[in-house]
Amino acid sequence: MSGPSATWSVENKTKPKLALYWAASCGGCEIAVLAIDEKILQVADHFDIIFWPCVVDGKVRDIEKLPDGAIDVCLFNGGIRTSEQEYMARLLRQKSRILVAFGSCAHEGCIPGLANLSTREEIFNTVYRDSVSTDNPTKVVPQTETEVAEGTIHLPLFYDTLRPLADVVPVDYTLPGCPPEAENIWEALQAIMDGQLPPRGAVIGKQTTVCDECPRTRSEKKIKGFKRIWQVIPDDTTCLLEQGIICCGIATRAGCGAKCPQVNSPCIGCHGPNEGVEDFGARMMAALSSVIDSKDPAEIERIISEGIPDPVGMLYRFSLASSLLKRSRLPRRQEKAEAGQPQMAMAAAKG
Amino acid sequence: MAERIGVYVCHCGSNIAGTIDVEEVARWAGANLEDVVVAKDYKFMCSSSGQQMIEEDIKTHNLTRVVVAACSPQLHERTFRRACQNGGLNPYLFQMANIREHISWVTTDKAAATEKAKAIVAAAVRRVRHHKPLEPLPVQVNPRTLVVGGGIAGIQAALELADAGYPVILLEREPSIGGHMAQFDKTFPTLDCSACILTPKMSEAGQHPNIKLLTYSELEEVSGSIGHFKVKIRKRARFVREDRCTGCGICVEKCPTKVRDDAFEAGLGFRKGIYIPFAQAVPRIPVIDKEHCIYFTRGKCQICGKFCPTDAIDYDQKDEILEFEVGNIILATGWKMFDCTRIPQYGYGRLPNVFTALEFERMCNAAGPTGGKIVLRDGKTEPRRVAIIHCVGSRDINYNEYCSGICCMAALKFGHLVLEKTKAEVYSFYIDMRTNQKGYEEFYQRLLEEGMKFVRGKVAEVTNADRTEEEKGRLVVQVEDTLTGRQRRIPVDMVILMGALEPQEDAFELARKVGISCSTAGWFTERHPKLDPVATMTDGVFIAGCCQGPKDIPASVAQGAAAAARVAGLISRGTVWIEPIVASIDEEKCSGCRICNNLCPFNAIEFDPVKQVSRVIVALCKGCGTCIAACPAKAITGAHFADEQMMAELEGALWDASEEALAAIVGSKSQQELPVIGA
Repeated sequence: MSGPSATWSVENKTKPKLALYWAASCGGCEIAVLAIDEKILQVADHFDIIFWPCVVDGKVRDIEKLPDGAIDVCLFNGGIRTSEQEYMARLLRQKSRILVAFGSCAHEGCIPGLANLSTREEIFNTVYRDSVSTDNPTKVVPQTETEVAEGTIHLPLFYDTLRPLADVVPVDYTLPGCPPEAENIWEALQAIMDGQLPPRGAVIGKQTTVCDECPRTRSEKKIKGFKRIWQVIPDDTTCLLEQGIICCGIATRAGCGAKCPQVNSPCIGCHGPNEGVEDFGARMMAALSSVIDSKDPAEIERIISEGIPDPVGMLYRFSLASSLLKRSRLPRRQEKAEAGQPQMAMAAAKG
Repeated sequence: MAERIGVYVCHCGSNIAGTIDVEEVARWAGANLEDVVVAKDYKFMCSSSGQQMIEEDIKTHNLTRVVVAACSPQLHERTFRRACQNGGLNPYLFQMANIREHISWVTTDKAAATEKAKAIVAAAVRRVRHHKPLEPLPVQVNPRTLVVGGGIAGIQAALELADAGYPVILLEREPSIGGHMAQFDKTFPTLDCSACILTPKMSEAGQHPNIKLLTYSELEEVSGSIGHFKVKIRKRARFVREDRCTGCGICVEKCPTKVRDDAFEAGLGFRKGIYIPFAQAVPRIPVIDKEHCIYFTRGKCQICGKFCPTDAIDYDQKDEILEFEVGNIILATGWKMFDCTRIPQYGYGRLPNVFTALEFERMCNAAGPTGGKIVLRDGKTEPRRVAIIHCVGSRDINYNEYCSGICCMAALKFGHLVLEKTKAEVYSFYIDMRTNQKGYEEFYQRLLEEGMKFVRGKVAEVTNADRTEEEKGRLVVQVEDTLTGRQRRIPVDMVILMGALEPQEDAFELARKVGISCSTAGWFTERHPKLDPVATMTDGVFIAGCCQGPKDIPASVAQGAAAAARVAGLISRGTVWIEPIVASIDEEKCSGCRICNNLCPFNAIEFDPVKQVSRVIVALCKGCGTCIAACPAKAITGAHFADEQMMAELEGALWDASEEALAAIVGSKSQQELPVIGA
């Protein structure tokens, strides 16, 4: 199959095809690709960039017309929040030989995934009605279908739940980080270019945690109280956790070079869990609770409530959408609708 | 290669088969569970013919895994592992499904029980597929034993082992061994003198060549496991050199400080600033009470040092930390008395003539503060009427629900002593009279004949607020006499509170140190309440006497001897095999964060500062899983409890759940092929 408008990309057989896509994410990952600096020219040299809506013009219908597997590599950033994103995820999966979940949002949901603590209705109310900067006298909220003089216009369906890419389509590789570090992106791209890829399904990164790369001195841990970062100026040689600052480096996959702890800022966990870990936040909780230095339940309660006022935001900052619980409980009537979500999604996207 | 799994469902007589349709469970397992090639039910799987069935099936059906659905693995896991081994299968390729304690004993709903049994069997089948063959680890048993607690139970245990030729360390935190028994005057029901029967044993323990006595010392730390525990003992400074002291006692005589003795004399008498707790103390070496000694509090005095003929006083002595390796540990740490001030309506601490049982023991003792005279707090007036209140802090949901066991008999003994030594009347206020050992009921009869008066009822209050002329200046016991159904007010001169026996204050801490468990009250938990009363769930740690629960002297002595016999058995065997269920750390994954370093209750984790990784010392690891759960990098795995084994077990348990429910729990992260829309 080769429609006239798709031939421009399929004709050039010598270069592998690269696509990049941006779903529910901030856009930082797009910029991160450019952080490899002048090496982007080598990338452009090596690949035929077939689809990158942020940077070059391209049409979804051109992608739809490609044969399956025509794209060699697709770097997909962002989680799946809308029917359109789900459609694009499925489309790019079908057309790509290698689909890479690029960055924390695609990997684990990241900050957008924290909205899984709310329902669609609550999110819409905050964004379109309740926030102080909103001026919406007629209380308009997005509708999937709107009748106008010219006919019916469509918007994608906004789901109650944000899902990481791998919960929607099979993913071949994951590049962690918020955003992934330039050197890791470059290494991954080089590996792809050289055909030196790890086994399918791998997270490209190390199999240990940030402490491994952190130069701070670590001792046995006994913590009498947790401190927020504005409460203390940490010394720059001792393990931050031992100073009472919640540093997620203990549980976070290494590969970043421990950048944050090196500048006196605790690791917040953007590289996600280490190999084989089911639930990042649960690991953090188990680890932290193990080193609280008290046997008195009341004191332990105080240490936790004073030091960790927002456990989800602190320990599931990046991973809520991929955690074992995935989201807060939906009201019952909505659970049914949620179960039927993929079908509705496709209907809306196609319509 | 597909596994070949044998499933055996036990009837346990009617224990299981009475509630669960065992034939159906076996049939279902054979028909529906993957890789199951044999599925049978049998009356008693633990019988020798049941075991033989497994052994033969392993050979004839080439079984590679075995599942037995029966009772708790605590009871028979070893039995069936042995059967597997006899059949030529690695014993760890076996899994037990508990369908008795977990199902048939806790429900009467037969249909539900049968369905749950299927789920539990399915869980075991799924799990056992992931089992790996393991080899038990051999450990040489160090013949030396640590006995913690020098009361009668500990002394008995130490003597039994020492007499058998094995070295013993006998640890006691007070300055002398002897325990509570040394405080008593008489023992029930024979009324023989407590000291006369105890002190020979004490001095034997003190002089025995195989017993190293460490008094005024406490257990600081325990690491290791059966065969090779490492123990750290804090030998507190006595400020008296044991190698020089002859026990002449001149230092005690000359010491100008007088302190109330809350330990041995239960607060009823006094001792000096430097003291030997009692005349027959072993060892007969004094201790300086640093908190009250004039020299230590004010910097001047040193009279004891000046008078000591052997120059044994050493004011600069420091606590010492001693380390030993021992093969086994016997805990015989005893009990403490209920704090009677916790029941304010009984007036202890407020009304002077209310005494605790321990105070009264000391009062009756000829060597005690009153020289054996029964007198009121003023030290001279003989009471005309004495009330003994039972169950103070026992059998009371506000304090301790349990019965302290010995107080009825001790109360009868007190009654006898009062009647013997004074002209007073004695009233006993009891809930139920419990006299169920040899000679006890006869003793009760004897007291009835001697004229002790018994009122069945729980005392409401002891008060000095008099209402009549007769009550004036006396204590009044307000009680409902449940046999006559009347409220009574009985004026008395002296009240004795039979306080409950409670676990030692630091029982939980000690249990944690040695890695055993306690009841909610704090009594140490035995391995089996009937069949294994002196062993614990931690191999190599045994318990004897009241630390396991309230008991009388004969029972404590029997347990001390029993624990010693168990230890002697292990020593003479020489080598024990320990479970290979241990944690291991993947050095690649370990980032050296050190979260796990001080978590291990067995001190089995060490940190390698060169490679910056933590490491498990296999010989010390008990496989408890604490570090595995805590490791934020998931660098630690537990043999026989690996994630895939436990996840498989969960999957199996949910065998009848809907596909969606299953996916929600276990399948959601797996990247299943989802339908993809066409171009």
